[in-house]
Amino acid sequence: MAWFRKKSKFTTIGNTNKKKDLPEGIWRLCDSCEEYITNDEIKRNYHICPRCNYYYVLPVEERIKHTLDEGSFEEFDANLASKNPLDFDGYDQKIRSAQQKTGRYEGIVTGRGEIEGYPVIFGVLDFAFMGGSMGSVVGEKVTRAAERALNDELPLFIVSTGGGGARMHEGMLSLMQMAKTSAAIALLKKHGIPFLSLIAHPTMGGVAASFAALGDVILAEPRALIGFAGPRVIEQTIGQQLPPGFQRSEFLLEKGMIDIIVERPNIRNVIKPLLEHMWYNRYALRAQQRQGNKTAVYAVKGA
Amino acid sequence: MRYLEFEKPLREIESKIEQLEVYAYSRDIDLSGEIQPLKEKLSSLLDEIFTHLTPWQRVQLARHPDRPYCLDYLQYIADDFIELHGDRTFRDDQAIIAGFCRIGNYSVAIIGHQKGKDTDENIRRNFGMPHPEGFRKARRIMETAARFHIPIITFIDSPGAFPGIQAEERGQHEAIAKNLEIMSQLGVPIICIVTGEGGSGGALAIGVGNRVLILENGYYAVCTPEACAAIILRDRTKAASISGSMRIVSSDLKNLGLVDEIIPEPLGGAHRNPEETAQNVKNAIIRHLDDLSILSPDELIADRYKRFRDMGVFYEAQSVGISIANETTGQ
Repeated sequence: MAWFRKKSKFTTIGNTNKKKDLPEGIWRLCDSCEEYITNDEIKRNYHICPRCNYYYVLPVEERIKHTLDEGSFEEFDANLASKNPLDFDGYDQKIRSAQQKTGRYEGIVTGRGEIEGYPVIFGVLDFAFMGGSMGSVVGEKVTRAAERALNDELPLFIVSTGGGGARMHEGMLSLMQMAKTSAAIALLKKHGIPFLSLIAHPTMGGVAASFAALGDVILAEPRALIGFAGPRVIEQTIGQQLPPGFQRSEFLLEKGMIDIIVERPNIRNVIKPLLEHMWYNRYALRAQQRQGNKTAVYAVKGA
Repeated sequence: MRYLEFEKPLREIESKIEQLEVYAYSRDIDLSGEIQPLKEKLSSLLDEIFTHLTPWQRVQLARHPDRPYCLDYLQYIADDFIELHGDRTFRDDQAIIAGFCRIGNYSVAIIGHQKGKDTDENIRRNFGMPHPEGFRKARRIMETAARFHIPIITFIDSPGAFPGIQAEERGQHEAIAKNLEIMSQLGVPIICIVTGEGGSGGALAIGVGNRVLILENGYYAVCTPEACAAIILRDRTKAASISGSMRIVSSDLKNLGLVDEIIPEPLGGAHRNPEETAQNVKNAIIRHLDDLSILSPDELIADRYKRFRDMGVFYEAQSVGISIANETTGQ
C-alpha cells in the first residue's frame, strides 16, 4: 500500500531529528524505504538503514566513537552556555529543552582526540540541539577549537550537521559568528594548519556559508543536503519544483563544490591518509631547517 | 516621489505646496503667505511621523523605492569613479558594483550592492540580490585593492543573497564563506556601511570591516523579518510584529555593539534629501579613514579579527556535568 502514500519532496529535516532517539520498541519503519528494521540493526550499522542505505543523523557520542581512537577524546569548553541576549520570546525554554534532550549545554562538542594515532582538534555539531544551528556558543567553540589547533599545531577536523544555519533567536549575534569562525579558519590557512571539513545531512545557511565551506579538503556524507538557501525558500522564490537530487552531496560533487563523498564507516580510512599527505612534509621541512642541510623533503622515506 | 503607507499624510500637503509654488512661479506672484503655513504644518507632521518610528517602519524606510543606492552616493561624494566588472570565471553580476574612486583625499575601492530604480533595472540587477559571481567579483576587487594598499569601502543594501537554482549550483554558500575568510585577512582599512537593507549572509559577505556603520533607518538582520516570521511563527505575514524582537534597527545594533556608529539621516529619511545623506556618509567615511590610516597592515588585520572575535554572548556554567533543572539560562 506504500505506493500511494505521499512521499515528502525533501527528506525530512524535522523528522530525522525526532526519530533520532529511536522510539521505544524494537521494530520501526525506515524513514526512507519504509521497510521494517530493528533499532538495534540501525545502531549497529552506523545509523544507516541496512535495507536502503539511508543515512540517519549520527548521534554525537557515536560520531566521536566512530571517528576517533577509543578513549582518546578529551572535551573542551563543555560548560559554555547560551544566554538570551535579545530577550527573544521562547528562546530560554528552547535552550532548556534542547539541553534536557541532549544532556549538553550547547549544540557542539569540541575537543582533542586521535585518529589512527594522529592527534587532531575535533568538533562535531549536534543536530539534536536546535538543528545544529550556530549561535554565540557554537561560534565561540568553533573559533576556540581553531585557535587551539593553531596554538598546538594540530590539524582541525570539524563535522557539520548544521541544518539550522545561523540561529535566529540570537539574531545578528548569530550572523556575526559566521565572520568570526571564518576569520579563525583564515588564520589556520595563513599558518599552514590543515582544516578538514566533513559535512553531514543537513547543513544549510550560516553554517554551510562559513567554516563548513572553508575546509582545505571538504568531505561529505552520501546524499547530505548542503546549500545556502533551503529548498522550500528556493521553490517559493522561483515558483517551480526543484530537480531531484538538488543540493545533495552528489550534486555538489558534480558541481565542484566538495572534494569527496565518504561512506560513514569509511571515514577513518580517508582521514588518515589525508592527514599524512597534508602533514608529513611540514615536519620533514622543519627537520631540514633544523639540520640546515639538503636532505630530501618531499619523498616519504620507507614508503 | 512614492509614499509608504505611514508617509501618506505628507502627500496631500506636499502636493498642495508644489501646486502653489508652480502657480506662483508661472504667474510671477507672491504666494509665500499661503505657502509658509503649509510648510510649517509639513515640518510638524514630519516631526510627528518620524521621531517615533517603529522597527517595522524603519524596515520599510530601508526598503523605500526612492532610497538612494550605492551609485547615488557615489554621484554625490566620489570623484573619478571607475567601475570594474566581472568575476573572471562566469559573468558580471550587476547586483554588486565594484570599482575605484576618490573620496576626499583618499583613493578607495568601492564594493556595493545595487538595486534598480525601475523594473527594467531591477531585473538587470536582480533587486540587489547577488549570485555567487557577484560575491566573487567583490572578492577579486578587494584582493586587488589590498595588493595596491587601497582602502575598501562597502555599501550594503540587499535583501539577501539570491535563493535560486543557479545560485546554489555555483556555490552560493562557498562564495559567501570565502569572502568572510578573505576579508578577514586584507591588510587595508575596510569600512562597511549599511545604507539600507542588511540582509543576512548576502550583506555580511561584503561586511567584514574594521568599522561597520549604519544609516539611521537601515536594518541589519540574520534573515528578513518575513523569513523569521515564517520560520518561528510559521506565518510570513507576521513580519511586522516580529521585527521588533529581532533587534535589527540601528539603535539596537549599536546597543549590542555590532555597529560602531549610526550615521544620521535627514528628517523623513534618506530619500527626502539624498545629497545631505550622502554628505553625512562622506564625513563618516573620511573620519574613520583618518583614524584607521595610522595602523599598519598587520594592525588592521588584528583590529578586524578582534572586532569580530569579541562578538557573542554566553556564560560559563559552574559545572560541566549538566544539572540543567537548576541552571538558569539568560542570566
